[in-house]
Amino acid sequence: MTKPAVSSQGLAERRLKKRHAAERRFKLYGQLAIGIAIGFLAILLVSIAGKAFNAFSHHMLVLTIDQAELSERADLTVSDLNLATRDTLLSEFPEISTDRTARIELFGLTTRLAVLPLTQDAAQTPNMFDAPVETRLALSDDLDLYLKNDLKNQREIEVGRAGRFAALASGAFRLTDAGPDGFIAFQDLVDELPEPRTDILISFSGAWFELIEVSGAALELRHLAGTLPEFGEQNASQIEATLLPSASEDRKVTNRQIAFVMMLKDRNKILKRFNTSLFTNSDSTYPELAGAAAALVGSMFTMLITALFAIPIGILAAVYLEEFARKSLLTNIIEVNINNLAAVPSIIFGLLGAAVFLNTFGLPRSVPLVGGLVLGLLVLPTIIIASRAALQSVPPSVRDAALGLGASHSQAVFHHVLPLAAPGIFTGAIIAMARALGETAPLLLIGMVAFISEVPRSPNDEATVLPVLIYKWFSGAERAWEPMTAAVIIMLLTILVAMNLIAVLLRRRFERRW
Amino acid sequence: MLQTLGYLPIGWLLLAPLAAAAFVAFYFGRQRITQLASGPANRARLNSQPNFHGYFLAVATVVPSALVFLIYLIFSDGFVRSSLIAELPDYLIARGPEQVDFFVSRVVEYSQAGKASATGNALFDTSVERFSVLKGSARLFAVFFATLAGAAGFLIGRRQLSRTFPARSYMELCIKSGLFICAAIAVLTTAGIVLSLVFETVRFFSLPDGPNVLEFLFGTDWNAQTGTNFGAVPLFFGTLMIALLAMLVAVPTGLFSAIYLSEYASPRFRAWVKPILELLAGIPTVVYGFFAATLIAPLVRDFGQWVNALPFTPDTLMAAQPTSALAAGLVMGVMIIPFVSSLSDDVINAVPQSLRDGALAMGATKSETIKQVILPAALPGITAAILLAVSRAIGETMIVVMAAGGRALITLDPTSDITTVTYQIVALLTGDTAFDSARTVSAFALGFVLFGVTLLFNIIALRVVQRYREAYD
Repeated sequence: MTKPAVSSQGLAERRLKKRHAAERRFKLYGQLAIGIAIGFLAILLVSIAGKAFNAFSHHMLVLTIDQAELSERADLTVSDLNLATRDTLLSEFPEISTDRTARIELFGLTTRLAVLPLTQDAAQTPNMFDAPVETRLALSDDLDLYLKNDLKNQREIEVGRAGRFAALASGAFRLTDAGPDGFIAFQDLVDELPEPRTDILISFSGAWFELIEVSGAALELRHLAGTLPEFGEQNASQIEATLLPSASEDRKVTNRQIAFVMMLKDRNKILKRFNTSLFTNSDSTYPELAGAAAALVGSMFTMLITALFAIPIGILAAVYLEEFARKSLLTNIIEVNINNLAAVPSIIFGLLGAAVFLNTFGLPRSVPLVGGLVLGLLVLPTIIIASRAALQSVPPSVRDAALGLGASHSQAVFHHVLPLAAPGIFTGAIIAMARALGETAPLLLIGMVAFISEVPRSPNDEATVLPVLIYKWFSGAERAWEPMTAAVIIMLLTILVAMNLIAVLLRRRFERRW
Repeated sequence: MLQTLGYLPIGWLLLAPLAAAAFVAFYFGRQRITQLASGPANRARLNSQPNFHGYFLAVATVVPSALVFLIYLIFSDGFVRSSLIAELPDYLIARGPEQVDFFVSRVVEYSQAGKASATGNALFDTSVERFSVLKGSARLFAVFFATLAGAAGFLIGRRQLSRTFPARSYMELCIKSGLFICAAIAVLTTAGIVLSLVFETVRFFSLPDGPNVLEFLFGTDWNAQTGTNFGAVPLFFGTLMIALLAMLVAVPTGLFSAIYLSEYASPRFRAWVKPILELLAGIPTVVYGFFAATLIAPLVRDFGQWVNALPFTPDTLMAAQPTSALAAGLVMGVMIIPFVSSLSDDVINAVPQSLRDGALAMGATKSETIKQVILPAALPGITAAILLAVSRAIGETMIVVMAAGGRALITLDPTSDITTVTYQIVALLTGDTAFDSARTVSAFALGFVLFGVTLLFNIIALRVVQRYREAYD
């Protein structure tokens, strides 16, 4: 026997308090759990959207090609136009034309293939180059990222009047005699910067330099770009220093390229525009030229095959199981089998596709036809289960009434039950298709990871799909792939949200309660 | 003529004459039975409506010829290839079957592209031409026999039509068989999975450079990329470790969410929050993988380095790798939350209200009711939900491929990179898939283990759910 309860008021109250505290704690755990789940969702969406934001715009280099002799040529190749754009670019910076490394850095502003759209234009419009042609080339991905991410961390400082400008024997330049205080204030500021010091660019009277050394009396500089000022007194012009956020060893763009870009920006030759190539281009090895068009079309073809295969078969199988099958061992096996199939890991379906469709039937790799069939088998159980639920929700009185009026069994089902169950069935089918659209793993195994540079034109052409493109771009080494990947994720999520919205609306609009 | 017929991509065009034949047969059948039963008095004595006779005749015409086309689709390719190989000169055959296969595939490619005699290689060009001719004749044969079968079906069907003919019952039977075939496709899929996995697994263990079963299941050294060591224990370990980490996140969060939603939340709150939780389940796994690799994995690494830098820990306590088991496990856990919560929610809601009322009437608080009455009653269902979630975690692929790394290690350090069964399947089968090396076939043995384990979990879980449902219904 336990001790008889002491009817002490205090003890009971204390115990009640404890129990109520436990109650509150328990409730709090529940709220916390929901908070964690929703918080994770929010972090996921915000972080991906934040990354993607960058990829929806990009910087274009505006060049006016004025080379009438190109017009006489009928077959302009990428290299021809590449040379032409290089000449044009060089005419912006004539002062570096003798410096080989500087030229290479200048030509690194765009990739060779950036002229591809221009080449296509030139092939379509004869005599295009009779008049000067203004063209926009995608800026190289590293510079584009520098402009998007690091430009705002640059600091600009007024250093003061330029003094005497002179060349040194080493090839460097020196500014001295900058007034009574010299460069003492600037030197103090540079000394206060945290070590290791990041690079500093100096610009005056239209020329850009890199700071080598600063003392109270003089600045020692290396020329980067812009016409060299005359030697001697330069009192009239102001010196501006740009503190870069990083040292040139730590980034992929050189100080000179930054100087080029700053000058081109001042001349309005670099513009930030909406990144249409993300939607119109196919895959490329250069992030600034790559786009998701081929994957979008590939996804469309794959979904088409999946829908044509899985939706009719799924609905008919559900009709059989729900309306025609008698309880027997066979139908029991089918039922258990479908329930289990719905929980089989998706990658197993990839193995099935690789072994049966590719190896046994010899169907081609990487085509939407095979991908669609594999995904169709994958979502078939989902569609069957959803369709069965929809058929179950139709009251038996409808069936009985039809049969009572002399309809055959199949007439009762196809003329009366199925139309009434249709909204539920299609809702389930759309949700299943949304799942198929986001599926990646099985498609990797049937070779849909190939590099596709052309938009597929039929379900029998090599193709890739959006989720696989996400995986591929994610695996890309360059830093610019990350925002691009996030942008494709946003595209994919938008499509999925749209599909789910349609499903919800369909259900709202047509759902009947019996 | 035959050659042109061989070029044409006419696969889909076959459907048009079939459809036309069906229409013709349908109208003919309807017409015929109406004639047979002319006069209002006779018509009333028809066994079935005229339409059914039409349908019957259409089916009788189309099904035999469709079967012929099906046979053609399955066998013609192999037949045409083997007859082409039989005609190839001996010196090519002597180079071995691989060379011959390659040659024939190139021929097929050129023939399909319609590029005859473009290469300048005499043997190749004649082969392309010959292939087209062979294919053309195969097609001609198919069309001929299909027409024959269709006509035969039509004639035999037509003789059946009479006033007493039960066309409607036959149609019912046809429809029912068609529906059954559709339902059987799901079974065929399972059969295909099991057969292909078993077949390839058996082949794997009988390959000369493959391991034996014990080596595979209990060996601790995995080095499949070079095709030398196939001890899968590190893979099993990694899979279980990540699944365990995922469950540590998903089970408490999912279960408490379900309890709160079903026992505490107002209907309005529930109506809003439940779909939001289910959004988590609708996000593609590749997106979770990206999230895990770009946001969580660096955090885990920083955490590992922070622990290493603490004064009282050795500097190499944590591996602090850029991809880690913890990153993959955490995110996988988040992905599984809605799975656990919606299944548990169903189970908790299925507990009869009388149990709740009884406990509350005895003076128990709500949390006491839940802990001491509802959860014990719902325990089997919740166990089943957790089992299903584990099977989901074991089979998850993209998150581990992107965030867990690929080194086959056995380590308890969650910040170390680790590999899983699914990761290895993807790594082994992506890219080149020659089905004759132990490297690629080993993926099927892994798939077999994966399939077996998840199937076992699913069957147990479904059983438990079913029995549980029976107990309260």
